[in-house]
Amino acid sequence: MIEPVADLPSSLEPLLERFREGKVTALARAISVVENERTGFQALLHRVLSAGPRAARVGFTGPPGAGKSSLLAGMAAAYRRQDERVGVVAVDPTSPFSGGALLGDRIRMNDLATDPGIFIRSMATRGSLGGLATTTKEVLDLIDAFGIERVLVETVGVGQTELEITAAADTVVVVLVPESGDGIQAMKAGLMEIADIFVINKADRPGADRLVKEIRQAMHLRAGSALKDVPAHHGVDLSRVVAKRRSRDVALETGTWTIPVLKTVAQTGEGVDGLLDAVSRHREWMAETSELVLRRRARAGTRIRDVVDRELRRVAWKSPSVQAGLEDGLDRIAKGSATPYSVAGAILEGLLGSRASR
Amino acid sequence: MSDERKIRILVAKPGLDGHDRGAKVIAAAFRDAGFEVIYTGLHQTPEMIVAAAVQEDVDVVAMSILSGAHMTLFPRVRALLLDAGVDHVLLTGGGIIPEDDAKALEAQGVGRLFGPGTSTADAIAYVREWFASRPAV
Ligand SMILES: Nc1nc2c(ncn2[C@@H]2O[C@H](COP(=O)(O)OP(=O)(O)OP(=O)(O)O)[C@@H](O)[C@H]2O)c(=O)[nH]1
Ligand SMILES: [Mg+2]
Repeated sequence: MIEPVADLPSSLEPLLERFREGKVTALARAISVVENERTGFQALLHRVLSAGPRAARVGFTGPPGAGKSSLLAGMAAAYRRQDERVGVVAVDPTSPFSGGALLGDRIRMNDLATDPGIFIRSMATRGSLGGLATTTKEVLDLIDAFGIERVLVETVGVGQTELEITAAADTVVVVLVPESGDGIQAMKAGLMEIADIFVINKADRPGADRLVKEIRQAMHLRAGSALKDVPAHHGVDLSRVVAKRRSRDVALETGTWTIPVLKTVAQTGEGVDGLLDAVSRHREWMAETSELVLRRRARAGTRIRDVVDRELRRVAWKSPSVQAGLEDGLDRIAKGSATPYSVAGAILEGLLGSRASR
Repeated sequence: MSDERKIRILVAKPGLDGHDRGAKVIAAAFRDAGFEVIYTGLHQTPEMIVAAAVQEDVDVVAMSILSGAHMTLFPRVRALLLDAGVDHVLLTGGGIIPEDDAKALEAQGVGRLFGPGTSTADAIAYVREWFASRPAV
């Protein structure tokens, strides 16, 4: 019933071959196969993933219009100048009304559009919550397996509960803007927990310094050391306070990683160098500590659970005996001789044996 | 489970003019019809359009052309698509395109082109029909 992972449908053999030859059309089609969960997509992933993850994966999350795509474009351009190949996956929401989607992130990346060293793919969430589509992580794996060194991924801009990104990227950049509110809101949204790097974009607008300060304070609140950085007097020259803070250890430490809070103006490219630097420092830190190994291990664990969940669901709801049990159960519920729980228990017992009902 | 897969469509606005209202209207209409629409903004060159079509693995490329350059742009994009090894994509579009020109382009392998008066519903129906009858890829 479960398709054996090793069996690639013969219809996908030529695709696999062209993928291995490095044909961009094959990468693009392989992504569609995975995104549409076409028959054999898991076998395809299994075949190409054997080398394990290699690419440096950076995720961008933050509210709508914060400048995620613009920043990502700036970073991609910089990596291209170093002659590294770049893959970009940008996720936009599927309309719950029509099931359609307007995928507009490429608009910010037009300068890179014809560079053969960059591959950009837009994905719709297709009903998935959490900021990514269900298959986005697998699409990142494909791009990695294709041999692209830098993989950048952008979540939909909903601003909350975008935890999925932590399971997709090695480094998570949370992008906010001066209008995003204050540090407390960032705390409420859970952004403190997912950020490896904070960026306040649109720093050309008023309020950027204030937000930088508040985020730093909020991080101290979490670290339980808020008071040590509050200036004793008001009326202190603000620039001096800020300078002093930077030189001191003001940001939150996770292990030995100090989460930087950066300012950028994506439109002009101001601050993008600082972001590049922070990303590469984070990568070095992950490599020096065992963090990268741990994160990749956690990612693989999540993947296994996801695949098992998906297959269980597929097997369960495709099975004729489960369908029959469901129909029969509904009749018995209507007659008052069963409850949803007893019917579910019977279905599980049928699928998994008597262990399931315990 | 993927029998009813989403139609992916690139809506492209080539040329130097800054009028993308028509392109945005049709992009929104396609989205409301349940398509996944990739919209890349103004001033797209044929090379940019084809690169996007390849990477996004779209089923359809729809170009909005008001500049009068349709007789060069459609054949150019079509040729570049074929060069890139993409022969399964429907190339269609709309704009100010005289009927004779549309016929001539159709004879070259371009799909139906929609003039100023056409409703978005016609374009949607056309894309759906094409998709349903196209050979599997
Ligand atoms: N003033 C200013 N505008 C910016 C800056 N960065 C981006 N923008 C503009 O902000 C708008 C949104 O930028 P995007 O890069 O599309 O933002 P995004 O976060 O990817 O948006 P979604 O994907 O829709 O959530 C665009 O009009 C950009 O030109 C900046 O630093 N300053
Ligand atoms: Mg974006």
